[in-house]
Amino acid sequence: MKKDEVPQDKSNLSSINMKELCYAVDENGNYTTALSEGWEPKTIALDNSMALISERIEEAKNQVLKGEASPIVYFMELHRMDEGILASYVGKWVWQVKRHFKPNVFKNLNEKVLQKYANAFGINVADLKNFKID
Amino acid sequence: MQLDFTHHQSAHCENGVASNLLKDKGINISEPMVFGIGSGLFFVYLPFIKVNHAPVVSYRPLPGMIFNKLAKRLGIKIKRTKFSSEASANKALEENLKNNIPTGLQVGVYNLTYFPDEYRFHFNAHNLVVYGKNDNQYLISDPVMENVTTLTEEELNKVRFAKGAFAPRGQMYYPIHIPVEINFEKAIITAIKDTCRNMLAPIPIVGVKGIKFVSRQIRKWPIKHGNKKANHYLAQLVRMQEEIGTGGGGFRFIYAAFLQEASIRLKNEELRKLSLEMTEIGDLWRDFAVQASRVYKNRSAQNDVYNRLADHLLDIANREEVFFKKLKKAI
Repeated sequence: MKKDEVPQDKSNLSSINMKELCYAVDENGNYTTALSEGWEPKTIALDNSMALISERIEEAKNQVLKGEASPIVYFMELHRMDEGILASYVGKWVWQVKRHFKPNVFKNLNEKVLQKYANAFGINVADLKNFKID
Repeated sequence: MQLDFTHHQSAHCENGVASNLLKDKGINISEPMVFGIGSGLFFVYLPFIKVNHAPVVSYRPLPGMIFNKLAKRLGIKIKRTKFSSEASANKALEENLKNNIPTGLQVGVYNLTYFPDEYRFHFNAHNLVVYGKNDNQYLISDPVMENVTTLTEEELNKVRFAKGAFAPRGQMYYPIHIPVEINFEKAIITAIKDTCRNMLAPIPIVGVKGIKFVSRQIRKWPIKHGNKKANHYLAQLVRMQEEIGTGGGGFRFIYAAFLQEASIRLKNEELRKLSLEMTEIGDLWRDFAVQASRVYKNRSAQNDVYNRLADHLLDIANREEVFFKKLKKAI
């Protein structure tokens, strides 16, 4: 990459005035650094991932509203977690976490376990139990 | 309390912290030098592990490896400590600051408040330096940021005790011994040999063979997983290659910069030529990202698009194979 080719495409970095460092070659063939505001192919890749996350959150929300899944599933997706990450935050096995996805099991969880989930999601137990979408 | 510490921005966090901590100790070492001597260039494909719902591709070795290898090769000793509780982790950090030691920390990215929302994923191998504390605010030098920043005690605890893969468990590290004389030349040669060995390793998921493996897999993705998943996998591949930290082209440009610096240190003209060649390979990786982004942008997923991408990747792999064989001979 030549120094004058370092991309300056508007991206999500621009909004917070963040620039990233790139390595590029100057006119004499020597390596130097340059700041980049963003690069379109990267932004598209990131947007793709963000769209997938939104889709997963939406799907989880519908499942919870239909009573097919417990609110844990929704908050897990909202916090971009998967079962493994969530399990390590609440100190459970993955199979236990998956079991808690079932509304019938979730209903009977005790306060202590609910509190662990609430902590992992940064909410309180009441918000976890009384699932509402605003 | 604020320690005398100079923040330099870098492309990659681990290089940056290593380079900044060593500069603080009076060793003038650039980011590419840290990356090169730490044998940071790597490739591994782990199809059986999923992160963000896609198979794992990494262009770098395990977290901590770069600094560890660098330290070993330069004769520097680093102290690393993990903690079982937030209280003890905090105490040790305060203690360090009191003793005038800027301290490197491994942290999770998800709760880093100064990152843009789009970059906040459950990735636990980020690195930063704490160089002081004012009231309840820790002074933070995060090498991928242009300027220094701050985190509250609560925020710092959260990122130090992030959970999941590579959980940092409060890990802090700092150099405790710097040798009087450092033999850079020897370290560079050892490091280049190591990188060549890794990239040419006879293991199907590592190095050049790993890239070829991904190329074969890409052809199958749309048939095996459908368009949507295939597009998502491709997007993840590009993100790993270009996301903040690689300096572009999956670290190839940083490595080329290292080779250029190494050619001066070793007075080896051949390395300068090879640096140019690595730059060309880096440009090919950038082209790959451009082509891939067109695929998932248009949501087109005819098999021939994926086949063309696979061909491109195979071409890169073949070139790298030739390249690393030449590099091995050049030193």
